[in-house]
Amino acid sequence: MKKVFVSSGNIVSPLGFSAEENFKNVADGISGLQVTDKYSFSKESFCVAALNDEKTDTVFSQLENPGNFTRLEKASILSIAHVLKSTGIELDDKNTLLIYATTKGNIDLLDGSSALKKFDENRVYITGMVSMISRYFKCANEPVIVSNACISGLLAILIAKRMLEAGLYKHIVVAAGDIVSEFTLSGFKVFNALSGKPCKPFDAARQGINLGEAAAALVLGTEKFAGTDEIKIINGSGSNDANHISGPSRNGEGLFQSVLKTTENFPADTIDFISAHGTATPFNDEMEAIAFSRAGLKQVPLNGLKGYFGHTLGAAGLIETIISIEALKQNMLIATKGYETHGVSENINIIRKTEKKKSHTFLKTSSGFGGCNASILFSSL
Amino acid sequence: MKNFISGYCIVRDSKINLNGKIIFEQDAELNSFLTNAYRKFNINYPKFFKMDLLCKLAFISSEILLKENNPVNKYKENETALVLSNHASSLDTDRNYFKTIEDKQNYFPSPSVFVYTLPNILIGEISIRNKITGENVFFISEKFNPGLLCLYTNMLFASGNTNCVLAGWMEVDKEKYDGFIYLVEKINPHPVTEHEKDRVSALYYKG
Amino acid sequence: METQHQLEENLKAQLIQQLNLAEMKPEDIKPEAPLFGDGGLGLDSIDALEIIVLIEKNYGIKILNSEKVKEIFYSVRTLAEYISQNQKT
Repeated sequence: MKKVFVSSGNIVSPLGFSAEENFKNVADGISGLQVTDKYSFSKESFCVAALNDEKTDTVFSQLENPGNFTRLEKASILSIAHVLKSTGIELDDKNTLLIYATTKGNIDLLDGSSALKKFDENRVYITGMVSMISRYFKCANEPVIVSNACISGLLAILIAKRMLEAGLYKHIVVAAGDIVSEFTLSGFKVFNALSGKPCKPFDAARQGINLGEAAAALVLGTEKFAGTDEIKIINGSGSNDANHISGPSRNGEGLFQSVLKTTENFPADTIDFISAHGTATPFNDEMEAIAFSRAGLKQVPLNGLKGYFGHTLGAAGLIETIISIEALKQNMLIATKGYETHGVSENINIIRKTEKKKSHTFLKTSSGFGGCNASILFSSL
Repeated sequence: MKNFISGYCIVRDSKINLNGKIIFEQDAELNSFLTNAYRKFNINYPKFFKMDLLCKLAFISSEILLKENNPVNKYKENETALVLSNHASSLDTDRNYFKTIEDKQNYFPSPSVFVYTLPNILIGEISIRNKITGENVFFISEKFNPGLLCLYTNMLFASGNTNCVLAGWMEVDKEKYDGFIYLVEKINPHPVTEHEKDRVSALYYKG
Repeated sequence: METQHQLEENLKAQLIQQLNLAEMKPEDIKPEAPLFGDGGLGLDSIDALEIIVLIEKNYGIKILNSEKVKEIFYSVRTLAEYISQNQKT
C-alpha cells in the first residue's frame, strides 16, 4: 500500500488568509470570535467568528479571472488557489482529484433577499456550488463531495487517504468550507446550543458553541512535499454511535471505537497530542472525555481549537488538522482557549498554555450529528 | 477480489421493488405512500413518524431490504458500513425549516425540523434502528454515481474492518423522490449478483 | 377561561400534532403519566425543545429556566398547571 503525505495547507478564516498567519494568531492566543449584532434577523447579538467580506473581496480581486461568486465560493477558491500555488499541483491534471466537504454549502441563498438574487437557484445545491469551483480550476476529474455533518472535513481526509493508498490518484486536494447564516444560527439557538460569549471547551462553565465560518484546503499525495518534515497519515477510521441523531452517546461509544481502531499499535506514550472536537457543549465535551479515557489516552495532552475559530461545521476537522500540522512542524503544543476550570468527569490532560514541545505524532478527532465520529493519526516519524 | 450484492430495494414511481419484484404499489404522495408501506409491512417503530421525508424514504427502503437478510444477524455491529448518496442533500427539509424562520412576525424555528437538515441523519436513523456502528459516509453528486459507491465500498472492504456495506442513493427534492439501497457482502453463497459498477448501474436503472 | 381539564385536552392534541405522535390518540395519554423516559410517552430531548416552542407559540409563554424544565415537563398535568399559572389573563 502506498504511503500518504500531507502538505502544509491553507486556511481562510477571520484569523488570516494563510495557514502560517492563522497559526501565528492561534499561537499568540488571538481569537476570531466576536460578539456582534450584525445578523439583522434577530434583535439579539451572537458571538461568532465571521469572515470580513471586504478583506475577502480585496484578496479575491487579485486572483486571475475573479468572477461572480458567493461568499463561500470565494473563500473556498482562495484557499484552494493558495495550496495549488504553494505545492505546484494542478487540478486540470488527470492525476489530481478535488474532494470538497461542507455541511450546508451556500445555504444563505435560500433567503431570496435582493443581495442574494444575483445567483442562480442551482447554487443553493451543493453540487451547483462545487461545480462553480470545479469550473474555476478546470478540474480534470469530477470532484467528490462529502456532506457528513461536523465530521465532513476530517472524513474527506480519510477518504482521500484511502483513494491515494489504492493508487487512484497522485494528489488529492481536500477542501472544506461552511458559512455562518441565519439558517444555522437560528437552528443551533433553538437547540439551546449557542453560547453568547466565547466558548469554553472542557471548562466547568461551558455553555455551548459559537458558530464560525472559514474555508480550508490541504493537498495529500503519495510522495513527500517539500518542507513538511514528511508528515504522513498513519491510520484513520470512522464509527457511528447508533444511539441518537443529535445527542452525543453518553459513553462515547462511537468515538471510542474509532479512536481504538485508529491508534492500534500506538500506545498513549507515542502520541504527542490530541486535537479533539471540543465544541464546548456540556454533552459533547463530556462524551469525548469519556471516550479518550476509555481508549487509554487520558494523559495525552489534548486541545480543542474552537475558542479560536468557533465551530466551522464541515470545515472544522480540516482547519483543526491544518493547525495541528503547523503545530507539529513548529514543535508547539497549542492551548485550549477558553479552558480554565476542569469541567469534565474524566481527568484528561487538557493543554492550558501554548508552549514549545518536540512533537512527532498527533491524533485528530471529530464527532457530529447523525452519531458520526472519525479519527486520524498523523506522524512525522 | 470479488464481493457480492445480497439484495436491493428500489422505492420509485409509487412502487417498491425488492430484488426485482414489485411488492408494494400505490398512487399517493410520498408521505402517505411511505406511511402506508410502513403499515402494510407491519413495521413497529414510532420514531418513523418523527422523521423527515428523506429519512422516511431511507428507513422504509432499508427496513424492507433488511427484513430477510439483516447484517446484524451475521456480523459484529462495527463490521457493517453505510455509504449513501444523493443530489439535493437535505434541501427539501432545509426549505421546510426556512419556512419556520422566514416570517419575522411568526418566527418559531423548529428544532425537530432543524435536526433533519443534514443528509447523513438518515445514516444515523438506519444505524440506530439496526444497531450498526461501522464506517459512514454521505456523498453528494449530480447523478447516481455507481462508480464512486463501488470504489468506496471496495476500499472499506480492503481496510479490513468492514465485511458488509449498505450502500445507495436517497433523493427527495420538490415532490420528486428516488430511493435505491443495496447490501454488499464479502461472502454470500446466494447473491443476487456480483458487486461491480456496471451491475449496480443496471440494478439502479432497470430494477 | 379554559378549565384545567380543557387545557389538558388541548395540550394532548397539540402534543400529538406537533411531536408527530401519529399512532396516538388523546385518550391514550394519561394527564399524570410521565412524558419522558420509559414507561411514559418516551419523548426525547428534541421533543423537549419542540414543546418549548409549542408553549411559546400557542400560549405566549417563554420557558427559560432550564433547571425547572424537568418539573414543568414531567406530565401533561404539570405542563397545564405551569401554563395556567403563567398565562396572562
